[in-house]
Amino acid sequence: MDFDLMITSLPKLLGATVVTLKLLSASLFFGLFLGLFFAILRLNKNIFINKFAYGYSYIFRGTPLLVQIFIIYFGLGQIEYLRTTFLWLILKEPYWCAIIAFTLNTGAYTSEILRSAFQTIKPGIIEAGKSLGISNKIIFYKIQIPIAIRQSLPAYGNEIILMMKGTSLASTVTLMDLTGVAKYIISTTFKPIEVFIVAGGIYLFMTFIIHNLIKFLEKKYSFQ
Amino acid sequence: MELLAFGKTGWGDELFYATLMTIAVSITAMLIGFFFALIFTPLKLSKYKTLNLVGNFYTTVIRGVPELLVIYLFFFGGSGAIMYVASIFGYYEYIEINAFITGSMAIGIISGAYSTEVFRGAIQSIDKGQFEAAKVLGINKFGQFYKIILPQMLRLAIPNLSNVWQITLKDTSLISVTGLVEIMRQSYIAAGSTRDPLFFYSFAAVLYLLLTYVSMKLINKLEVKYSRGY
Repeated sequence: MDFDLMITSLPKLLGATVVTLKLLSASLFFGLFLGLFFAILRLNKNIFINKFAYGYSYIFRGTPLLVQIFIIYFGLGQIEYLRTTFLWLILKEPYWCAIIAFTLNTGAYTSEILRSAFQTIKPGIIEAGKSLGISNKIIFYKIQIPIAIRQSLPAYGNEIILMMKGTSLASTVTLMDLTGVAKYIISTTFKPIEVFIVAGGIYLFMTFIIHNLIKFLEKKYSFQ
Repeated sequence: MELLAFGKTGWGDELFYATLMTIAVSITAMLIGFFFALIFTPLKLSKYKTLNLVGNFYTTVIRGVPELLVIYLFFFGGSGAIMYVASIFGYYEYIEINAFITGSMAIGIISGAYSTEVFRGAIQSIDKGQFEAAKVLGINKFGQFYKIILPQMLRLAIPNLSNVWQITLKDTSLISVTGLVEIMRQSYIAAGSTRDPLFFYSFAAVLYLLLTYVSMKLINKLEVKYSRGY
């Protein structure tokens, strides 16, 4: 065991953790809106809209995240037309490509989580709202959405942890996130176990925090 | 379309073999995972606190750390560890382990952690009366497990194991970083030499979708088979 290496690599790895956290929070933020949007589309009675939303979640859940990042980072740059538009300013940056891929991916999983949460809301609650003369729009925003969010908290907590692990793939498109820096240190020092312990420890610590945060929220917003 | 032609002119046959490689790695990893699950599930269900701790340590660490980091650990640390063991026996030459074995081991250990959780949940949801009834009928421990608990557990575990299979199948794409030529790596090579990444990565996505679709259909059949009588 090379404890000196573990101590000297800690600040570098902690610095890289900031990149990981930035990627995670940005993709979760955009992904939540995307997921909510597609969950609402899934509940639509129009079969085309419904199938479109299903297709989106099926494709992004059925393919590896690595393929999605590669298509966006390497693939989209190939389209000549895109290079002339303002989108190219975003798509030439690996940072934004990673965030777009993560957002689309977590959006697909989130839409499934929220859809099942919407479907488990008891019809009686909506009927109660209607009989009180509350408009459909307000029932949706003030009754259905808050209940659905509470229902989906445990599953969404898992999704946050999965996404945190997913951000490690940003290292494949040249970003120096926690995994990227860990790989760099491993390949220059050839001490995989020491670096794995430190980097893995940081990831586990983040998992621990997220897990407890979700538990706290679950308790705070429980129905009892 | 000519990019996908079989033979020397296209990438069809290469991608076909790469798909077979992905399937082979996934199945090997899944089986290695079952092997780990068979060791760690009893540990997690044991009444001894220390054994619990070992089981929980395995599932918590593996499920809390990115798959890519585990793969790097195996890729860079694998041959070192084997060489260290060999040096104890007086063998000092350089040993290189092949990418297939490292990759399947890494993915297998990850998939094992998920399988362990699935088996644990399934065993815990079997009615306690079943264990007691088997005991009362005088069936020995081995018979209890194989004839009574296992068939019931499999029925409960199959839907969740199909999730583990999907995760494992998608995780194999990550071994491409070690140079094993599976779908992702082959697409990377093809994209590099034809300068057509959009086409090849999209085709890789289609191949993965096809694999998940077909395996879902097969698993559904299995589910029906094991749910007879319910």
